[in-house]
Amino acid sequence: MRDISVELKNISKKFHTIQNETMAIDDISFKVYEGEILAIVGPSGCGKSTILSIIAGLVKPSGGILNIKNKNIGFMFQKDQLYEWRTIFKNAVIGLEVQDKLTQNNIQKIEEMLENYGLGSFKNHYPSQLSGGMRQRVALIRTLAVEPEILLLDEPFSALDYQTRLTVGNEVGTILRERKITTILVTHDIPEAVSISDRVLVLTERPARIKKEFNIVFNTMETNRTPMKCRQSSEFGEYFKNIWEEMDVVE
Amino acid sequence: MLLSDKGMSEEHKMFLEGIKKEKRVIKISQVILLLVFFGVWQLAANLKIIDTFLTSSPKQIFDLLLKLSENGMIFKHLWVSTQETIVGFLLGTTIGIITAILLWMSERAAKIMEPYLIILNSLPKTALAPVIILWAGAGFSGIVVTAAAVSVVITIMTVYTGFKNVEEDKIILLKTFGATKLQILQKVIIPANIPIMISAMKVNIGLSWVGVIVGEFLVSKAGIGYLIVYGGQVFKLDLVMTSVFILAITAGIMYFIALWIEKKVIKY
Repeated sequence: MRDISVELKNISKKFHTIQNETMAIDDISFKVYEGEILAIVGPSGCGKSTILSIIAGLVKPSGGILNIKNKNIGFMFQKDQLYEWRTIFKNAVIGLEVQDKLTQNNIQKIEEMLENYGLGSFKNHYPSQLSGGMRQRVALIRTLAVEPEILLLDEPFSALDYQTRLTVGNEVGTILRERKITTILVTHDIPEAVSISDRVLVLTERPARIKKEFNIVFNTMETNRTPMKCRQSSEFGEYFKNIWEEMDVVE
Repeated sequence: MLLSDKGMSEEHKMFLEGIKKEKRVIKISQVILLLVFFGVWQLAANLKIIDTFLTSSPKQIFDLLLKLSENGMIFKHLWVSTQETIVGFLLGTTIGIITAILLWMSERAAKIMEPYLIILNSLPKTALAPVIILWAGAGFSGIVVTAAAVSVVITIMTVYTGFKNVEEDKIILLKTFGATKLQILQKVIIPANIPIMISAMKVNIGLSWVGVIVGEFLVSKAGIGYLIVYGGQVFKLDLVMTSVFILAITAGIMYFIALWIEKKVIKY
């Protein structure tokens, strides 16, 4: 049995306003294993993001227990959230700067990562000079720089245009698999979830509950699995169809 | 991709030429407008259509300017006012920004202060000038405090609003790295608001001049405001006009310095 990295037990969350209170999440329990990529899909506004905020410790749950083995968490947002007043390099090292870990060694690692992801010649540029896909890659480097044990991705590609989204999704998915980083990906894009993750949780409408769980296994590629290859495989359509049916989207 | 200079197409050359031409037309029109204004004024004075005792004339202003420059009088007065303006401006802007930071640190304090700030902001601060001068002293200090008072409240409000408008996710991002409140201030809130602070400074230059001139109207023995009041009292309108002219040029220069700093600081 693999080690458990994150465990949620009967987590619930209510949001309060002066007029009323809303149940955003109701009794959610799941485990994420080390090195696993878990995708959470569900209808818009069902409270998927709240789950990530709870795991990241940004929001306190109203009830339930959260167990995290390692508190070193990386977070990626829908928008890249690069600081437009910082150069690409300075953006990439912001996490290290905050944690006071700007060592020569770490700086070199960042330089290498920028080089590897095709951003080497842009390190002294400002974010406004980069395309959406490049910016999101910088955001990934910024997140990986602090060497998180757990990565939380909140619809990280949904602000990109379709083509860039496929490319960046493919890159990020491949990197996560290579580095064996425990990842929780929240998305409403089913193909994205299927192509990147090992397991998909389908949530209900608000208040969010777990409706169904799918193990995503592509028999044709036990090793060197990449999101793009997954999209092209014959099993892909089957997974898509099954998850789509569970989402029961009313059009 | 960018084409090199040599590879520039005819169409692109014409496009650049068009932009240059448009800029030139605007510059020339601006100068013409100024010349026409002074020309008509001088002409009306020469033809005795206007009474130069009340309106002065460009020639009188120019002559007086020469005379005052020769004996160095004008520079003495200008220096007094400029000093007061710079000190008042720095004081008002610094206190304003520091207060905005403190209010950001404590949201509760900000909420408590809100109605008072709104009322202070709509109150014409120059109404307080006589009181301020009694408190802070009739002279340099009183004038400087008046100048600072004019700009401080609007600075607090503008900068604080800027602080509050920083995108929430930009702050959350830093929190996920475990940032402290002070780090959030240093690395997000302040740098994100540099443009807002600079535009507040540009406004404050003008406001500080208002404070200084009003202060000098009330108590001074020297300065541009003093010259204006003195000129008005002895019916030397050319002195008043000359002073206003110098004031316009100096305020303009200070504004362009701020513009230059803005370009230097904001590179993105």
